[in-house]
Parts: sequence; structure tokens; C-alpha cells
Amino acid sequence: MTVLAVTEHRRGELRDVSFEIVTAGRELASELGTELELAVIGGDVDDFADRLNLDGVGTIYTVEEGEEFNHGVYTQAIEQLYAETEPTALLLPNTVNGLDYAPAVAGRLDLPLVTDVIGVEGEDPLEVTREQYGGKVETTYDIDADSYAITIRPAEWPAAEGAGEAAIEAFEADIDEDAIGATVTGFQEVSGGDVDISEADVLVSIGRGIEEEENIPLVEALADALGATLSSSRPIVDNGWLPKNRQVGQSGKVVTPDVYIAIGISGAVQHVAGMKGADTIVAINTDPNAPIYDIADYGIVDDLFDVVPELIEAFGGDVPDV
Amino acid sequence: MKILVTVKEVAEVDDEFGISGLDIDASDLEYNLNEWDDYAVEEAVQLSEERDGVEVVTVTIGPERSEETIRMALAKGADRALRVWDDTLEDAQYLDVSTKADIITTVAEAEEPDLVLTGVQAGDDSNGATGVAVAERLDYEWAAVVNALDLSDDVASVHRELEGGIEELTDVELPAVLTIQTGINEPRYASLRGIRQAQRKPLETSSLEEIGLDESVVETPVERTDMYEPESESDAVIWEGDAEETASELAQFLRDKGVVEG
Repeated sequence: MTVLAVTEHRRGELRDVSFEIVTAGRELASELGTELELAVIGGDVDDFADRLNLDGVGTIYTVEEGEEFNHGVYTQAIEQLYAETEPTALLLPNTVNGLDYAPAVAGRLDLPLVTDVIGVEGEDPLEVTREQYGGKVETTYDIDADSYAITIRPAEWPAAEGAGEAAIEAFEADIDEDAIGATVTGFQEVSGGDVDISEADVLVSIGRGIEEEENIPLVEALADALGATLSSSRPIVDNGWLPKNRQVGQSGKVVTPDVYIAIGISGAVQHVAGMKGADTIVAINTDPNAPIYDIADYGIVDDLFDVVPELIEAFGGDVPDV
Repeated sequence: MKILVTVKEVAEVDDEFGISGLDIDASDLEYNLNEWDDYAVEEAVQLSEERDGVEVVTVTIGPERSEETIRMALAKGADRALRVWDDTLEDAQYLDVSTKADIITTVAEAEEPDLVLTGVQAGDDSNGATGVAVAERLDYEWAAVVNALDLSDDVASVHRELEGGIEELTDVELPAVLTIQTGINEPRYASLRGIRQAQRKPLETSSLEEIGLDESVVETPVERTDMYEPESESDAVIWEGDAEETASELAQFLRDKGVVEG
């Protein structure tokens, strides 16, 4: 009858989502009139449990099993913990690692799964909210089941604070190593390259709106004229138009410049995760409904191919022929 | 070796759109090959070009309209295609992860591929869950969010793209399901020759019954109850005027802010 939330860590550190899932879990537990329990699997579980001993957490189960994430270990441990604690709601992070085990856990436990949830409400049935069509619409779903699994979007709930009085219990999971056919052999950081965009005071950042690789010199000229650094959203790097070290967002760099000029960037949640800390955000985008305007301080709703050349000229630069 | 690739036709929404009931007006949607699946198809085709005896089979859950998308995957180099659709699927409110995973699993059980490649997610529903759900049902190994792949006879050595510019290096035993992230390769454009050849490649359509499932596969305890445009949280100051005027406003702002010279 509880809410069981699974936390996440990497290379010795609890990830932010672990504290956000406590907030989401408290909210859900309060809707359901039940208690929030946490699972900490792998790593320095005692230290992690101490840090997660936050207001509103009933019990923290620690599973001492390996240093780093392994989806086989997580799947088996959660399956066993579920059998032991019989939660109503299994709450998991909608992260790269969360999506590496949540569908498997839901499959084994025969639970309905709703991913990337941004809101929870009501008791029976529970109503969850998620985004679709790249954030252009929100949809709500009623989950009419005795128990279910939900993954929550990172950075959607604030990090939980306030010391708690949770009971910390070691849970002995019986892990069948022979059933695990995926082995983590190491980690690799995307190389820094020539430029560190996270150090820049002003970023000129481009997205899909730039349309063609041939148009890149236009924004390079703008960055030059402003004495700014050029960065981009994911598709530009996927296309190989700029190197990986220029990518702003969840899977790229987190940047906090004084001014971030988003040009032809729609503002997908993964991108916003990387630049919302900028002091001032200026958006240039033809679509007035683009999500980038939800976070922008200033905007120009116009074609970048009209605005950017004017801007280059305003700073005495030469407009390249593109 | 056989590689099964999931290919989804996804709906992209126009800037201006309407909502009728629980979905976007059909007239405001355009259909394309799912971006992530494009990379998965490319990865499979490259593997088939690098070694002998690799067959690339695509599987799609979708209406007749999606055959255009499927032909595109065939034109890029897939060998044959399977499509599952019938009135039960047509009439369902929407298809949840479990329904899609059950269908793809059933097809995979008949095909017995060594490797299944899916996109990380579909651009419209963004569940990000079907690939791993299929792996669990097939009792295959898996890896989610793969942005580099090195395949040997019985192991796929992959990079998983974690958040914050970190990649996890993982060895995955075959058979396996890998969910493919954008940027892993450079998807090719279909050549004219490829497009011509695609017309002659086998594309087999089956109903649920024909693959051995019944209509209970579409049942789900998760019911869509509403769809709406999120309220704009925008409090941005929008500079009005033609490009020269707005650019001049922005230039003035940047000068006042003291962040640029000149």
C-alpha cells in the first residue's frame, strides 16, 4: 500500500533526481494517503541513505550490491523488494539509467508503466500528466490498476529538504549473477576540445532553425561580432555541423552565461535542462508558441535569416554570403 | 545474422494546430519516419554492409499510410519489411508500451533475430520504453540509449549516452535489444536506385490474429482522459517591429548589459 521510490547515483554521488523523486513521492503518498519508502541500490548505500533521510520518508531500504548501476542487479533487486513491500506505486526516475530498467521491472511484475510523468493527482484512479508531440500538448491518463509503475521527469519537482526520521533497513537481495549478461566496463567523458562553453559569458546558440550546414557561417559571424561563443542544441551536433563539446543540454553541457541567445531553438526540455541557469535568455524563433519563450526573458518572433544579418551589421560585422 | 529494426511512422504537429477530443486534428499532422528509428535503420544497414550474411528486417505497427515510411527504410537498405495492423489496432484509443511491446515481441519470436535495434523513443509519444520492454519479454539482454556500437560474434560493446557528457561502456551478450540514440551515425538519404529497388522488396502485412495474438493485446488499464495545450508560462518581453528594428532593440540591450563591445 506504499509508494516505493528508487533513487539514483553515479560514480559515488547521488544524482539530483534522487532528491526530486522524494518530493514527487511525498506528493503521491499524500494523494494516496500512504507512506513513502525509498530504495538505494549499490554504491555507498549507508552514506546515501543518511543523505536521503529526509522529511516524509518512512523507510529506506539499502541494497548493498555493486558500486555502479547495472540494470540486471536493479531489475532483480527491485523485483524482490516489490514482493516484500507490496507497494501501490513504484516510482522510478525517467533518466537514461531509469529507462534502462523501468520497462524490464514493469514487464516482470506485470505492472502498467507510464513514463516521463510531470504531474500526479487523485487517488482512485490516479491521474498522471505527461507531454506529447515534443511538448506541444499535455495529456492526462487515469491508471485504473491496483498497482503501477511511473517514471518521473527530472527537474520537474524541486529537491526535497528537511531532516527526517526514516528507518534504515538493509535488504538482502538474492542476485542471480548468471542471469546478468550486460557488464559495465568503464566510463568515458566527452572530450573538452578547444572550447569550454560552460565558461562563456555570452553564448550564441543555434538549433534546427539554422536548416543547413551551409548557414553556420552566418551565426559564426554573429558570435565573432559580439565576442561571444557559439554553442548549439542537440540536432546540430547529431548532424556533425558542430563538435560535441558545443552541445548544451541534458546530454551535453550545463551552461550559466550572463546572456544566452537561442536562435532557431524550440526549447525542448532536454535543451532547457542545460541552459535555464543563464542570467538572461533571448530567443529568436518564428514560432510564438515554441517552448523556448516559456523560459526566455526577451524574444524576437521573426525569421533568424532576417534578424541575424541585421544584428551582425549593428555590431559592425561582415554578413557572410549564405 | 539477422537484425530486426523497429520502424515507426510518427506524427509531427504543425505550428498551428487544433485538438478534437483526445488527439490533434489529423489535418494538422504530418507523418515521417521517427528520427531515432532513422539512426537505428542506418546502424543495421551499416552492419549488413560491413559483414556477410546479415539480413535486415523492419517491423512496423501502423496503418497502410505508414508503408511510405517503411519503403523509405527499405530504400535505405533494409531487406524486407513486416507491418502489423488491423481494425482492433485502428479502433484502440491509443497503443501503450505494453501493447506495442507484446506485438513486436511476437514478431521477433517468429523471426528469431540476433539483434533488435529500436530508436530510444518515438518523437510523438516519447515513451522511451518499448525497446527494453521487448528485451524483457524475449529474455534477451539489452542496453538503452546507445550512441556507439562495436559488434563481435556474441557480444555488442556499446557506449550508453548518460546525462552530462558521460558515456557508460558496456558489454552486452547477444542476442540483445539495443535502443539507438540520435548521432550514433549519419543516416543516409535514400538513393534513386534504392527507392526503385525498395518497390520490389517484400513488405508483408499481418493482422493481430495472423501473428498469433488476439484483441486483448490492446487492453490497458491506462486510459487517456484529456489532451490540451499547456498554458504558456511565458513572461518574455517580445520586441516588435521589422527585423531591423528588433535587431536594433537587441543590440541596444546587449550594449546596456555591458556584455559586448562595439
